[in-house]
Amino acid sequence: MRRVYDIALPVLLAALVLGIWEWAIFHWQVPHYVLPSPSAIGRAFCENFSSLMESLASTLAVTLQAFAAACLLGVATAIGFSQSRLLERTLYPYAVILQVTPVVAIAPLILIWVGFERINLALVIIATLVAFFPILAGATLGLKSADFNLLDLARLHGASRAQILWRIRLPTALPYLLSGMKTAGGLALIGAVVAEFVAGSGTATGLAWRIVESGNRLEIATLFAALALLAATGVLIFAALSLLEWALLRRWHESAISQAA
Amino acid sequence: MSLLSLSRVAKRFANGTQALRDLSFTVAPGEFVSLLGPSGCGKSTALRLAAGLLMPDAGAVTFPLGKPEIGFVFQEPTLMPWADALTNARLPLDLKHMPRREANARAAAVLARVGLAGFERALPRELSGGMKMRVSLARALVAEPKLLLLDEPFAALDEITRNRLGDDLLQLWREDGLTVLFVTHSVGESSYLSQRVLVMTPRPGRIAAEIPLAQSRDDRLSPVTVEAQRGISAALNQATA
Repeated sequence: MRRVYDIALPVLLAALVLGIWEWAIFHWQVPHYVLPSPSAIGRAFCENFSSLMESLASTLAVTLQAFAAACLLGVATAIGFSQSRLLERTLYPYAVILQVTPVVAIAPLILIWVGFERINLALVIIATLVAFFPILAGATLGLKSADFNLLDLARLHGASRAQILWRIRLPTALPYLLSGMKTAGGLALIGAVVAEFVAGSGTATGLAWRIVESGNRLEIATLFAALALLAATGVLIFAALSLLEWALLRRWHESAISQAA
Repeated sequence: MSLLSLSRVAKRFANGTQALRDLSFTVAPGEFVSLLGPSGCGKSTALRLAAGLLMPDAGAVTFPLGKPEIGFVFQEPTLMPWADALTNARLPLDLKHMPRREANARAAAVLARVGLAGFERALPRELSGGMKMRVSLARALVAEPKLLLLDEPFAALDEITRNRLGDDLLQLWREDGLTVLFVTHSVGESSYLSQRVLVMTPRPGRIAAEIPLAQSRDDRLSPVTVEAQRGISAALNQATA
């Protein structure tokens, strides 16, 4: 019964808001270049469907590549930190600096360095920078959270560092890593969009570019359609990662068990 | 010759606490020895030193008969929550790179010995506190240790479960010819289980008294056991006074 409410209530709210929106546009005769009605947005979406999907594919490709790169780099760095306190002390401050520096501010630099002829690579690098930190933070905390007694026991039985990493530290880190991945998934999308904005309309072909272009042409309905598509993509990424988390943790981790109950 | 020997061992922690000073005792092969003392007297530290998980600041921990295979049981079950009972019990064998098939067979056999046949695939969260402790015991026994070190293993369990596990431990000890060093703060447990009780002083811990016990204690309330408890309690009171 609760599941029904979980789905029905937000859907009901959306229908209500869209209904009022549609009615208000009609009632006050709001010009379409200020705020289009939901039906106009729907029409724009259908008319531009194939070009919007192309843009989505472009943005999604950047997002997924950046997310994968952030996962690999983040986990690899966290493993490095877990094996060497010296490495962690040396590098962690720079990881934090990277995290707190607004990506919009360094994006132009990366575009220049990588070059506009390799625009996709530049976009992926920028989005990776945005998504990297939560993975690193989650995995680092997780790798450190292993039960001390369990580690002692493994050492007593002659475990090597690699065995301890593989058999104890990595499984312990999994819930923390997945939590970081859920944050990073959304950030990779944001990073991809920001990167496209900075790259400008000349070269990029993703959804962000569609938004800029539609804005310039005062095709606000198309802008809204691209925006809705972007939001839906973000939700989908989050849902997919939540599903992955549930599938991996449902048997043993408290967080997933209480959700299932 | 003794299996384990601690001689004039001292250990100070990083925070400056002197946990042990001049701690000396030996454990003979096949013996069941209890290390009894108040909370914080350094019992657990002594056990970790014996296991080689800590190094003494002074004195020596030696194995005159050669370093034996050691099994260790903590106060908490200390299981891997993502792994089932069989995988948990198998851990020491996995760490030794034993082939999976053989390791599985041995882990299943040892789980059966501690009364967990049929629970091989159960995850720790699906087991009761006593059953988790049995998995922990199975893991300690799976590599066929000569020396079994137990750190207040039953302290967190209810009395019925605790007594049952104590009886099972005694039986395993008799059958396997194990050597057991059992850390506890319970006079009753030490009097019933062990052949010899080492009473420790409060921190910095050392041995205050050594109490040999009669061999035949068939139940917890027999006059012999109760008499032994009286002696141990007296020694403990004197040590902590």
